[in-house]
Amino acid sequence: MPDELIVNGASHPLPQDPRVTLLDFLRHDLGLTGTKKGCDHGQCGACTVIVNGLRINSCLTLAAMHAGHEVTTIEGLGIADEPSALQRAFVEHDGFQCGYCTPGQICSATAMLAEIANQWPSDASESLEGPIEVSGDEIRERMSGNLCRCGAYANIVAAIRDVAALEGIA
Amino acid sequence: MRPFQYQRAHSIADASTIAALPGAMLIAGGTNLLDMMKLQVATPSQLGDIGHIGLEGIQDLPDGGLRMGALATNTATAVHPRVRADYPLLARAILAGATQQLRNKATNGGNLCQRTRCYYFMNVDQPCNKREPGSGCGAIGGVNKLHAVLGTSDQCIATYPGDMAVALSALGAVVAIAGPNGGERTVALRDFHCLPGDTPWRDNVLEAGEVIVAITLPPPVEATQLYRKVRERSSYAFALVSIAAVISIEDGRFARADLAFGGLAHKPWHDPRIAEALVGQAPSPELFDHAADLLLEGAEGHGDNDFKIPLARRTLHAVLAEAVEKAA
Repeated sequence: MPDELIVNGASHPLPQDPRVTLLDFLRHDLGLTGTKKGCDHGQCGACTVIVNGLRINSCLTLAAMHAGHEVTTIEGLGIADEPSALQRAFVEHDGFQCGYCTPGQICSATAMLAEIANQWPSDASESLEGPIEVSGDEIRERMSGNLCRCGAYANIVAAIRDVAALEGIA
Repeated sequence: MRPFQYQRAHSIADASTIAALPGAMLIAGGTNLLDMMKLQVATPSQLGDIGHIGLEGIQDLPDGGLRMGALATNTATAVHPRVRADYPLLARAILAGATQQLRNKATNGGNLCQRTRCYYFMNVDQPCNKREPGSGCGAIGGVNKLHAVLGTSDQCIATYPGDMAVALSALGAVVAIAGPNGGERTVALRDFHCLPGDTPWRDNVLEAGEVIVAITLPPPVEATQLYRKVRERSSYAFALVSIAAVISIEDGRFARADLAFGGLAHKPWHDPRIAEALVGQAPSPELFDHAADLLLEGAEGHGDNDFKIPLARRTLHAVLAEAVEKAA
């Protein structure tokens, strides 16, 4: 097993100290400060990143547990000149105020749309077998792991709905 | 977090060897353990990472049941076609808990071993017999809204916080456990978790060096399956009361009524007298009340959680009525 992990396509050696969380590894060791530390206890979702295609809280996992895994952070989804569809939609819909939760919201929503495309049900889904309607209730339930203390929720939901429709997921 | 030695286990035997070492703990998804390590509620000197020992599979069993690897994630379990089709109660219970980010990381074995979220347990500045035997229980006479009303002791009134295990109890699941000598034993899920008694630090029957390897489900039955979770907000909150129900009706009478309850005790609560009282009887509000009387016999509130006793009764009524309507 390789003692490195891949972040946005580039390989990096794992930290020496096993206590380093994936979140601290990304921010301190790699300088990828787009991923944010909010509560550091898996309650707020600001640290959400995508590992092997699945969204997780990077604060509640050790970097050492991810040897050989592929991590995508907000920096890997798009840049200012080439934003991802969700990044663009968050700007268009004013889906933030202070912006601190936004990288986590966008990483989370990116993976969430893939989950819906895979017909994974949620607690809000009428049926476990689909089809899933990308309703406000579905989005709110699926995004309940990402808090926004500025309360931009209505616009976050609107941004996600737009992209779901754009990508034919709705 | 306190320093620890990190070791990757390469096999079940490896994991068992590490787990038997004094001060050692195993880590799978880590969503509960790392939280506790940051708060110094858990301070392992050694951490055995079992994320690479290959127990992620979910397989059909020859008898028609299902064997779910201990390291299958909660998400992989909830979205598995067999679970959705044959054990929808389990999918619903998993989806009612935590968030997608946590379910993507949390494993089935880890979920069974998650610890209480009692505020006193999670705060090292407070007394807690579970965390520090003999230090007392802050929750008795303290803040105890989340706490147990059934099966408590004068040492501990904590609840088991999970949803998944409540469904597994109603479904009659079995936990497969590998031992330090290479053997495997099985324990019914209903017997896996302990009541606090005089040993509140003990959450379950795992012995030193034992490792959960799988959870098995019996062949599916023709029945209505429901999971009802009552909580303070509609997502990402622990249950105040939850009920897992596997109900079937034949000729206007209960033919099956397997029920398990979350949020009420130190373990998923199962009382065989409830099924005995219901099966063979025609559904009626009086019968539901009798079932609730059995459930709540000996229930004791501790102040903030007094509401759980009437809430459990009302929720049981609602679940039985809904199940009867669906099963008819």
